[in-house]
Amino acid sequence: MLIRRPDDIPSSEITPERDYLDRRRFLGLGAAAAALATLGAPASLAACTAAEGAQEGQADPPNTWEEITTYNNFYEFGTDKSDPAENAPKTLRPRPWTVQVDGLCARPGRYAFDDLVRPHRVQHRTYRFRCVEAWSMVIPWDGIPLRDVLARAQPRPSARFVEFTTLLDPVQMPGQRRQVLDWPYVEGLRMDEAMHPLTLLATGIYGRALPAQNGAPLRLVVPWKYGFKNIKSIVRIRFTAEQPKSTWNVSAPDEYGFYANVNPQVDHPRWSQARERRIGDGWFRRRDTLPFNGYAEQVAGMYRGMDLRRFF
Amino acid sequence: MLKPAVWIGGLLPLALLVLAGATGGLEADPVKDLTHRTGKAVLVLLLCTLAVTPVRRLTGWNGVIAARRPLGLFAYFYACLHFFVYLGDQGFAPGYIVEDVLERPYVTAGFTALVLLTPLAVTSTKGWIRRLGKRWTVLHRLVYAAAVLGVVHFLWSVKKDVREPLLYAAVLALLLALRIPGWLQARKKKTAPRPPVRVRGDAPAV
Repeated sequence: MLIRRPDDIPSSEITPERDYLDRRRFLGLGAAAAALATLGAPASLAACTAAEGAQEGQADPPNTWEEITTYNNFYEFGTDKSDPAENAPKTLRPRPWTVQVDGLCARPGRYAFDDLVRPHRVQHRTYRFRCVEAWSMVIPWDGIPLRDVLARAQPRPSARFVEFTTLLDPVQMPGQRRQVLDWPYVEGLRMDEAMHPLTLLATGIYGRALPAQNGAPLRLVVPWKYGFKNIKSIVRIRFTAEQPKSTWNVSAPDEYGFYANVNPQVDHPRWSQARERRIGDGWFRRRDTLPFNGYAEQVAGMYRGMDLRRFF
Repeated sequence: MLKPAVWIGGLLPLALLVLAGATGGLEADPVKDLTHRTGKAVLVLLLCTLAVTPVRRLTGWNGVIAARRPLGLFAYFYACLHFFVYLGDQGFAPGYIVEDVLERPYVTAGFTALVLLTPLAVTSTKGWIRRLGKRWTVLHRLVYAAAVLGVVHFLWSVKKDVREPLLYAAVLALLLALRIPGWLQARKKKTAPRPPVRVRGDAPAV
């Protein structure tokens, strides 16, 4: 079942950072829930972003700012986890920033970052983040639902996918001087995935502007998919009829699928996806990886009838 | 001078590890950091071990042979540490570990390398060298297989950026290539009359 009453959601589902998100804010999120409900979205989705506490099962406290901003995969700044934090703030200029929205839509446009974001209410969403390398974090994002931005462009019925592109600029992104991947980085979502209320265009973490190493000024967050789907430093959003050629999928088609839904049943060809190391959990502890990274109730319906081994 | 240098070099990775652990210098994913650090220590020390014979041949410095056993044993020590960290990373869960070793080629390669190195470490004592005689030399050729498997293990574990494993592969290839003249020479000698008896205590060159 996709739609559930908020009190059906296990408290372990999502945990807000309590020190950060005070109770007063829940009222605001309650209003957001009502707004989402009127948009036809399951009310539980909004509620689960505000789900409280984690008394039972495994706790999901958010990772620290330090962890989130020093341990990154952002090959545009080097292939070591510490490279982005070291290099990105030096060379990436997140302002001024322009995002082009085009393709199969009635109202294409080029937006300055502020014009893209300002019309929308920035929301706080604490999501689990699961890397394809079998580690995970919990990240308190700030951002706007992607669907709101897409709706403004008025996609045509022929638009079946959304393609995202990262900045291509070897001066700002020195890692692009080496052909580790086929630059610029490209990712894509099916239209229903892109319009899903959980899908976020993140602009910040812990209430602060998105750091360069985390994909400033604007990145995608799709919490039920592996991390590499969450494309960073986006400069273009394009509606297409064909499935976009996503970078890691092109690079190693048998290892990284287009869908890349978190799935403990389908292993990466070289390593198991059944369990994960939660950053900050301490030594020698693995958690079981959850189907769709724990968001199955909200998203599994979109993949009903699909062979998830084939469309991994 | 040689012995202290070998000991310092052999203990350096451990010292750096302990220092990083004590001062919060490990990465946000400390188990992965530990795995990588110990794994690289194994490869570096194995390559050093394999460099001893070519260095001896090229420089004529026979004393360097004394470095070989401690270097090999240090390599084995870090291999054990690496394996222990891996076991811990799997929560010491036998089911997952057996599946990994059997089904994931890079784990299989690494595990096999460790298995191959084990008898070499055990038979590294003077007593075993004496007892095994000529067979000791044959047995210790396993180090080549272990080194190749170790580098393959690294190469297969990497997601995309293969520069570092390829560097190790290149050094290993060089060290093996440097042995070819020696092997050819030894072959010639085999067809010739028996060579003079080897001096005692001088372990056969690997």
